Amino acid sequence: MSLTKVERTIITSMWGKVSTQADSIGTEALERLFTSYPQTKTYFPHFDLHPGSAQLRAHGSKVVAAVGDAVKSIDNISGALSKLSELHAYILRVDPVNFKLLSHCLLVTLDTRFPADFTAEAHAAWDKFLSVVSSVLTEKYR
Amino acid sequence: MVHFTAEEKSAVTSLWGKVNVEEAGGEALGRLLVVYPWTQRFFDSFGNLSSASAIMGNPKVKAHGKKVLTSFGDAVKNMDNLKGAFAKLSELHCDKLHVDPENFRLLGNVLVIILASHFGREFTPDMQAAWQKLVSGVANALSHKYH
Repeated sequence: MSLTKVERTIITSMWGKVSTQADSIGTEALERLFTSYPQTKTYFPHFDLHPGSAQLRAHGSKVVAAVGDAVKSIDNISGALSKLSELHAYILRVDPVNFKLLSHCLLVTLDTRFPADFTAEAHAAWDKFLSVVSSVLTEKYR
Repeated sequence: MVHFTAEEKSAVTSLWGKVNVEEAGGEALGRLLVVYPWTQRFFDSFGNLSSASAIMGNPKVKAHGKKVLTSFGDAVKNMDNLKGAFAKLSELHCDKLHVDPENFRLLGNVLVIILASHFGREFTPDMQAAWQKLVSGVANALSHKYH
């Protein structure tokens, strides 16, 4: 599965707006993940997960920065996220099902903040893009 | 069986009261067909589904979306007995429509995204969690009679 030219354009052009709220988007997406899917908290026993915690904010930033890296290298997401892919495969080993859950929460977060931009086509492009990112992050699992 | 707290029930019903079911239904079904094109397999008789704008403007999609979401309204009224409320529909989706239950999960998530779109910041993480629980309960209720 790879992104069409139109899909890449939708993503890269929206990213300008999105990146201005990058940190809070990341934090909110994680908050939504932990609230809707409490089982995902099992990957963060070492974190203070209260809304607004410094750790949550820092981690949210990290996550969205990585998404940003994928956007900036949208023609070679595999290359851009290669190190992260290894990290997830060998160290973090987050079960693949959770990438869908976080992707969904990222979409919801983007949608609440940019409803006018989040047309059906943009929704499809983002869903596909996050699905590609998820595949890259799990491609070295076995 | 899924159990809803009083807060969750009130969060769901208060939001639902503000939803334009006809509009949201068409939007939800349309987006399902756009974002997950393989779901079009159930709708060969719907005519032009060749592009996002064709799908979103298709009158059969809008009509069917309204039907589906109206039925979803029954879920909101029967949160304590989703399996009972959807028993007949479950049999229909299995025996006559032959729909893979995974599609119920996909549609449920599309509905959540549409609510997020309409309600913006009002669609808080807690609000989302209550709705995720409901759409998941509906998906399970609709698959309950599958055999």
